Amino acid sequence: MRRKRELTFWERLYVPEIIRGTWLTSRHFFRNLFLHTAHRFGLLKGIPAAVTFQYPEQPRPLAPRFRSRHRLTAREEGTPRCVGCMLCETVCPARCITIVAGEHPDPNVEKYPVRFDIDLGVCVYCGYCVEVCPEDAIRMDTNILDVAAYSRDGMKLDIHELMDPALRKPLAECKLKFPHRCAIHGGGERGSWEAVYNQTGSDPAGSDPIRG
Amino acid sequence: MFADLLIKLALAGIVFFGVLNLAGLHTWVERKQSAVMQDRIGANRASILGIRLLGLFHPLADAVKMFTKEDFVPANGDRFLHALAPFLSVFFALVAFAGIPFGDRLILGGRVIELQVAKIDGALLYVFAMLSLGVYGVILAGFASRNNYAMMGGLRASAQMLSYEIALGISVVGVVMTFGTLDLQEMVRAQGATLGGIVPRWGIFLQPVAFFVFLTAALAETKRVPFDLPEGESEIIGYFVEYSGMKFGMFFLTDFVETVLVACLATTLFFGGWQVPFLFPDGFHFPWGAAVPVHQWTYILLGVGSFSLKVLTFCWLFMAIRWTLPRFRYDQLMRLGWKILFPIAVANLLVTGAILAILHPGGW
Repeated sequence: MRRKRELTFWERLYVPEIIRGTWLTSRHFFRNLFLHTAHRFGLLKGIPAAVTFQYPEQPRPLAPRFRSRHRLTAREEGTPRCVGCMLCETVCPARCITIVAGEHPDPNVEKYPVRFDIDLGVCVYCGYCVEVCPEDAIRMDTNILDVAAYSRDGMKLDIHELMDPALRKPLAECKLKFPHRCAIHGGGERGSWEAVYNQTGSDPAGSDPIRG
Repeated sequence: MFADLLIKLALAGIVFFGVLNLAGLHTWVERKQSAVMQDRIGANRASILGIRLLGLFHPLADAVKMFTKEDFVPANGDRFLHALAPFLSVFFALVAFAGIPFGDRLILGGRVIELQVAKIDGALLYVFAMLSLGVYGVILAGFASRNNYAMMGGLRASAQMLSYEIALGISVVGVVMTFGTLDLQEMVRAQGATLGGIVPRWGIFLQPVAFFVFLTAALAETKRVPFDLPEGESEIIGYFVEYSGMKFGMFFLTDFVETVLVACLATTLFFGGWQVPFLFPDGFHFPWGAAVPVHQWTYILLGVGSFSLKVLTFCWLFMAIRWTLPRFRYDQLMRLGWKILFPIAVANLLVTGAILAILHPGGW
């Protein structure tokens, strides 16, 4: 590594090097100015004039393996695919997942989450929960990056937001039909299995597309 | 008498309107030009009723912010001097424009109006005096803050400005000798002739070395990058560290006003002021013999337009330099001022004197 190099006489004259530097920046200036003007008239749209992404309106392209906000995958009838096995809660190094499991009416399913909360203020986005899940029930593929809130409570996601990533706080109404507990109802239980299966007209047994 | 007063007021109004707007626009130009140079887009989010207009509302947003911020005065500071310093800075920078001619004489109803706010025989001396007095604002700001860092910043700034004023002054003496006048309006008139009928007799062609020295020293006078050691906005503590709100804004405005002033000076001294090549009061006379007659008003407007265009070009150049070069170290700054620019300026002066003595053996 050469820490210090003696300047040549040409460089020590200042002026030529200054002109060279100004020439470089001015070249960028006039090129970009021309392109900006052309874009105004709808020309040369294929050549970008700036490397800027206008963030909220124009998100950056994300890698396919990018880990963003979590979501819970659903079965056909809209209930979570999660079987309440607690593997993700156990593996989570930040301990940000809270699951309360309940009895599922389908004898093949055993359990489902009555509560499923993730505290994003604590989450480290390691993706272990996704890796460990045997049911492909939790994924980090929503591409949601703007996780921000004015309070710590605002960072806590409950089962509504995890089932439907389009939801934003404050949640207006509860659309989940299966029995669950969440903050909207003051921690009380809401919903019934009858509402789920009467709507789809299917039988609790054999409703899981994976198990047939 | 009353009409004369009115005309002077109108002239001053035109100049201040132009200068203050240009200085205000510089905040926008600074953001946008640097952005375009660096492949970015630049500030474009300030909007009024959803209209963004290329971010042109950002200077407005800046002004609102500056005026609504707390006006802080240090507990032990001198309240009066603390308030006076930014006013002095802006005042001397603005008043200097009175000496700059921005157009040829206008004949209106038998009255001859020089397009120059104050017709002073020694306009150049006047402009330089005002430029030098700007140091008072800087040193007072450092002194009145009763803050050691601000004080050091003020001293640093005045040392820099005084050092570069010497090179600046001596480089200009060469121009004064060439044109034989201190009156800026006369100096511009003298640049209307041509050398050998082709090249306009502008200062840059007669005094190219003085131009480079002047440009460098003038950049140092405006206290902007690469000579921004007095301020060093984010890294070095400068003389206005104890200023906030609009008082800080006034120091900022001073920088931009001085940039415009230096652009005006460079235009007047070296680029023929309001002269348009081959344009004379009665029309264009091209070297190949063609002549296009021009009306008096067109002639005046072409002159003012030419002056404005040259000033804007210099503003652009200063901005490009400001966003290209890194800051000097303080010893490098002093070495450049005293060991390089000063001897070059003196040598230029001697060579100019020798050439003039050969060309005019009998003296003027």
